Amino acid sequence: MNALASSAPDSAPAVAAGAAIATPKVEVQKLNVWFAKNHAVKDTSLAVQVHTVLAVIGPSGCGKSTFLRALNRMHDLVPVARVTGKVLVDGQDLYTREVDPVLLRRRVGMVFQRPNPFPTMSIEENVAAGLVLNGISGNHAEVVERSLRKAALWDEVKDRLGHAATSLSGGQQQRLCIARALAIEPEVLLMDEPASALDPIATAKIEELIHELKEHYTIIIVTHSMQQAARVSDHTAFFYMGELVEMGATEQIFTNPKERRTEDYVTGKFG
Amino acid sequence: MRHFAFRRFMNVFMTVLCGVALVAAFIPLISVLYLVISKGAAGLSWDFFTQLPKPVGEEGGGIGNALVGTLYMVGLACLMGLPVGVGAGVFLAERGDGTVGKTVRFVAEVLSGVPSIVIGIVAYAMVVIPMRHFSALAGSVALAIMIVPYLACSTEELIRVVPTSLREASLALGVTNWRTSLLVILRTAMTGVVTACLLAVARVAGETAPLLFTALNNQYWNVSPVQPTASLTVAIYNYAISPYEDWHAKAWTAALVLLMLVGLLNLTSRVLTRNRLKGAR
Repeated sequence: MNALASSAPDSAPAVAAGAAIATPKVEVQKLNVWFAKNHAVKDTSLAVQVHTVLAVIGPSGCGKSTFLRALNRMHDLVPVARVTGKVLVDGQDLYTREVDPVLLRRRVGMVFQRPNPFPTMSIEENVAAGLVLNGISGNHAEVVERSLRKAALWDEVKDRLGHAATSLSGGQQQRLCIARALAIEPEVLLMDEPASALDPIATAKIEELIHELKEHYTIIIVTHSMQQAARVSDHTAFFYMGELVEMGATEQIFTNPKERRTEDYVTGKFG
Repeated sequence: MRHFAFRRFMNVFMTVLCGVALVAAFIPLISVLYLVISKGAAGLSWDFFTQLPKPVGEEGGGIGNALVGTLYMVGLACLMGLPVGVGAGVFLAERGDGTVGKTVRFVAEVLSGVPSIVIGIVAYAMVVIPMRHFSALAGSVALAIMIVPYLACSTEELIRVVPTSLREASLALGVTNWRTSLLVILRTAMTGVVTACLLAVARVAGETAPLLFTALNNQYWNVSPVQPTASLTVAIYNYAISPYEDWHAKAWTAALVLLMLVGLLNLTSRVLTRNRLKGAR
């Protein structure tokens, strides 16, 4: 299972040639996740280069969300979950005793499947939540504006920052959650099917956004939609039954997959 | 066709039955309100709220000291009971799956079912006997003991219904566990928790048994925690069991004041829990 991102240089011209040589931003080595006796992610190794987008695809229940949540230690919350292997961010393993999962999560942000703004907070307070809840003082108004602009939501909400976050539409709420994640300036952004609860127009906005965010962040996105993976990502990883079957440049995965199972999946024979 | 007619009959019959049950449930409620207002309203006056009680036969006089005593003891009980109750509820919801949590939950459930007179005896043994006399403190300890288990159970339930997705959202922002519990989870459940607090307070404000042999009574003003203190409920009790007509009238008026106090607490909980944000759903 040695399908590293750097193995397909020709089909991904967007990636700077130098980036392939540098240390990967995120490197996963022999990652295993169990829920009690259920082996959800099996012996997975892959690497993601800085300022690229990795799409993780696969049928339901293949372990792709579980894999993603292992990258910022969200499984710490689940008592029966057990994780082995290494996840390196900038060469540092997250699963050692010295790493504080709380500080880690400020570097590796996450956007969830369903928009989950804090219902008791206004739009503005939601964006600043990461700062306020962590007790970080400073010019929050500036951070709020910058984050909302990055999330392409500023123009739609600038006149009603004090309104309830739940008064926004689903697509706006999801962009608000992206703005909230960006406000604490993470380096890596994990997205767990961020558009699955949204209509096509809102989905298009999120995808456009991913393209822009890539310049400053490293993004790993789990998606059900192969079209979406093809549109937004530089590299694609295909998971099946908890295993990483194949990873490569997105174009190669969709046009010339090496593995039979990948081909069957991307051509719609199953899944 | 016969079946259809039968179903239609059953439908009407059951609807009428529900209506009758509704009326039956309203009769005691309406009669309590009617009796208390019709018999108590006549005695309401500024003096009734501000004056000390007068001896039998003398005109005028009020229950000012009892009103202040009730507010004072309930306030003291809140200071002790609300933080402990809410804190215990948060603990049960967040960490309540272990042995300690299960034990605490069991104890709280049992305690919230204990008759209030028993709690009065406990407070008598714990506070009155060591201090050697009746006191406001003893009364409020009894009330606080009643508040804690009730509030712990309701807070836990309110916190457990906060969606996990909010906890995840907070933790994914790099917020620590305890800050997430207090600033996100508890804040989201706050509307319900405030209501639960006010209902707990309203409940103990109407208690007589735990005050009878803890705070006892007092014919004068008192705000010292170590002195016996009058309360509305004990005043009603004393006036009602007396053989004098004018004291009976005072009992009704005091009951009306107590009802208004409890009603005010309920109303406050409604006002406080309105969503402050525009466009909130």
